[in-house]
Amino acid sequence: MKKAINDFIVRFANVNGTGSASANFLFAKTIFRMGIPVTPKNIFPSNIQGLPTWYEVRVSEKGYLGRREGIDLMVCVNPQSMAQDVKNVKSGGYFMYDSTKKLPAEYLRDDIHYLGVPMMEMSNEAFSDPRKRQLLKNIIYVGALAKLLNMEVEAIKVLIGEQFEGKAQLIDANMKALQLGLDYAAKHFDFPLPFHLEKRDLIVDKILVDGNTACGLGAVYGGATVMAWYPITPSTSVAEAFEHYCKMFRIDPDTGEHKYAIIQAEDELAAMGMVIGASWNGARAFTATSGPGVSLMNEFLGLAYFAEVPAVLVDVQRAGPSTGMPTRTQQPDLLLAAYASHGDTKHVLLLPASPKECFDYTALSLDLAERLQTPIMVMTDLDLGMNDHISEPFHWEDGRQYDRGKVLSAEELEHVGKFGRYLDVDGDGIPYRTYPGTHPTKGAFFTRGTSKDEYAAYTEDGAAYKRNMDRLLKKWDTAKSLVPKAQLYQEKTNQK
Amino acid sequence: MSYLKPLFKHPRLPKNKLGYTLKEYEGSLSTLCAGCGHDSISAAIVQACYEMAVEPHKVAKISGIGCSSKTPTYFLGNSHGFNSVHGRMPSVATGASMANKDMQYFGVSGDGDSASIGMGQFVHVIRRNLNMVYIVMNNGCYGLTKGQDSATADQGSKSKAGSINPFQAIDLASMAIELGASFVAQSFSGDKQQLVPLIKAAMQHKGFAFLNVISPCVTFNNNPGSTKSYDYVREHIEATSTLDFVPEMPEIKASYESGKSSRIALHDGSLIQLNKLATDWDPENRISAVNALQQARAKQEILTGLLYVNSEWKDLHGVLNTYHKPLNRLDESDLCPGEENLLSINAGYR
Ligand SMILES: Cc1ncc(C[n+]2csc(CCOP(=O)(O)OP(=O)(O)O)c2C)c(N)n1
Ligand code: SF4
Ligand SMILES: [Mg+2]
Repeated sequence: MKKAINDFIVRFANVNGTGSASANFLFAKTIFRMGIPVTPKNIFPSNIQGLPTWYEVRVSEKGYLGRREGIDLMVCVNPQSMAQDVKNVKSGGYFMYDSTKKLPAEYLRDDIHYLGVPMMEMSNEAFSDPRKRQLLKNIIYVGALAKLLNMEVEAIKVLIGEQFEGKAQLIDANMKALQLGLDYAAKHFDFPLPFHLEKRDLIVDKILVDGNTACGLGAVYGGATVMAWYPITPSTSVAEAFEHYCKMFRIDPDTGEHKYAIIQAEDELAAMGMVIGASWNGARAFTATSGPGVSLMNEFLGLAYFAEVPAVLVDVQRAGPSTGMPTRTQQPDLLLAAYASHGDTKHVLLLPASPKECFDYTALSLDLAERLQTPIMVMTDLDLGMNDHISEPFHWEDGRQYDRGKVLSAEELEHVGKFGRYLDVDGDGIPYRTYPGTHPTKGAFFTRGTSKDEYAAYTEDGAAYKRNMDRLLKKWDTAKSLVPKAQLYQEKTNQK
Repeated sequence: MSYLKPLFKHPRLPKNKLGYTLKEYEGSLSTLCAGCGHDSISAAIVQACYEMAVEPHKVAKISGIGCSSKTPTYFLGNSHGFNSVHGRMPSVATGASMANKDMQYFGVSGDGDSASIGMGQFVHVIRRNLNMVYIVMNNGCYGLTKGQDSATADQGSKSKAGSINPFQAIDLASMAIELGASFVAQSFSGDKQQLVPLIKAAMQHKGFAFLNVISPCVTFNNNPGSTKSYDYVREHIEATSTLDFVPEMPEIKASYESGKSSRIALHDGSLIQLNKLATDWDPENRISAVNALQQARAKQEILTGLLYVNSEWKDLHGVLNTYHKPLNRLDESDLCPGEENLLSINAGYR
């Protein structure tokens, strides 16, 4: 096999629910800490325990972080998927397996190299607690890989220390397992492999984080106070991240009171209804869902569009149609979202390409929703949302004010003549609104999904209907001037 | 029919504690059919809010879709209203309440809106004990789509076209008690004397207050053989009690008096003064309330009045322990953790 520095793919084949995730992440994060671009992907079934999962790590000094064909090194600790895993190794590549049991003859290929490590046996000898044996077996293979791929052992140790801070016993056990792996590989294999790592300084100040965390955090920074959601892969961790950071920053230290309200709704219809109710009443609110949820939210999205109520939806897309492949990535909701609901609706979509943009756009969507008084959808997908990506660090300009849009206060209402909720006063298609409870006698209006005139009164008059629809189009044009400019990424070598 | 109401105000109209006349609690003129029960309920809401001297702008009216859901246009014209989508009023009300805990929320719905398309949301808003008044204007049919049977139509009830409803009826009041509603009452649009104090008590109750109000549809379900017609309801009505609502009177100790008369204290010290008519019924005991309903049903009676109340349970804000200031009043300084915290978050992802 050709020598390759910082350019290869390692795939781990594990069993769902056996604690392999943190060992695999330790592997990827160490490479990140070595300053080398890396992209890990979880490939998992719609299942909680028992079915095969894979974790694929692509290392690319050039920063190519999409998936490519050809596995250079397979680490297979799952007998169930072994036949498939052996087949998937690139010719000339390597296959690491648990040699506690002999490898069945049918898995032997003559064009790949085998690296047998008796992980289970080593773990059983070294540790007595059955759960620990299972978990530390995973660290043993990380140790073996460290030797074979030239990983910086000190970086692994620092990470283990961070992960188990304050739990000395666990740190010791992990260090021991790591050393067992390192020693075994040193004794039994030629190292390093032809493809391996060399320390670089290509990461600089970047971070390694998933998009859902970034969205949840962006909502905290963007001032969302109400979040309603219904569990669905791959969006659930947006709600979890929001809650995590709310608990960190939004609990009053004196009283323990929460400056947020999170409701796990009975379904996505209710989740969107809650967002609309809260936004109508002047709170910043959002929900997160995936395709099936967006399908259910259609009627409400049309209401928010036509009644001009802000709403923010993070759509973490997954493979459709229908239930489709719930744990696989796809971007099949774009049209559904762009024209959600019946009638002439058009929605503003923001399409982030990195965790940094997930953070920025979620915060921005809360501004845009209030500025434009309409739903804003942040369209991410399972890959961006649930996998760790190298990203520019998050940044917040202190002193940045939320754009609360055109909202009249009690004093302002004193000075306007007749308040017209749907009057285009400024010529940008965006009317003024009032929050309930603002003024004892002025500014109250009736919000409805039916056709109405400039003063929010029900009407079926054709001319009034047309004026309203035309104004909504004008608002659409205004929206174009407010959304971030599209960025086109292109391979430099393809340019003329 | 819709036409403009006269703006002229009689100078000597009585005023409430806030200096408002009844007029200030009215809405625009109803476009419902003359004689529709829903209009009487609107009038009772106006009366209750006037008597309670609530500030109109501190009330928000939220509804679904139906003739019943149109009524928020016809009461409290100085309050914000939201006519949402069919069956989804509870979620909109939930969001609204989360945004601002300092307002009074009136949810208005129909039997189609709550017992069919909106059943899921109805059930869940009860579980959460949202602090609101939830009124179902129950006519046993879909008025706005021209009189189809609804899920609250009694089995055996005859429609205007002459067909007999073959299905079991959903009893929203029993269901609400079962699901943990903390205030449940039943009434009749034609009994303003009972309805007004019930609405007042419901408004004062902190938690989910459910009012199932039988409200005949004169156009589609008022025929002989219908169990939701004016005549039928008048003949079969049976009240648990007569009652009065007494706003905050701390000097009176809340206690049961012997005999038929009793008082129930609400969380803020206001009292419901009950004159019990039903025997074996204790409004603070769920089993007894459900029993009373079941027994009335067996006798083909419509039991009205207060059915159940519990002022101990936490409402949703209490459960979520939300901030004492309404969430919609918080700004950047309350909500945004700032760049310094972000720097350490970034560091955690390196
Ligand atoms: C999604 C949806 N389906 C159907 C309708 C049509 N629709 C309008 S009102 C109504 C029934 C209303 O019945 P109810 O809630 O009992 O109100 P009522 O008119 O009897 O007061 C229906 C089915 C609708 N507006 N939306
Ligand atoms: S159709 Fe029935 S419910 Fe609707 S307004 Fe007329 S009487 Fe009332
Ligand atoms: Mg009805």
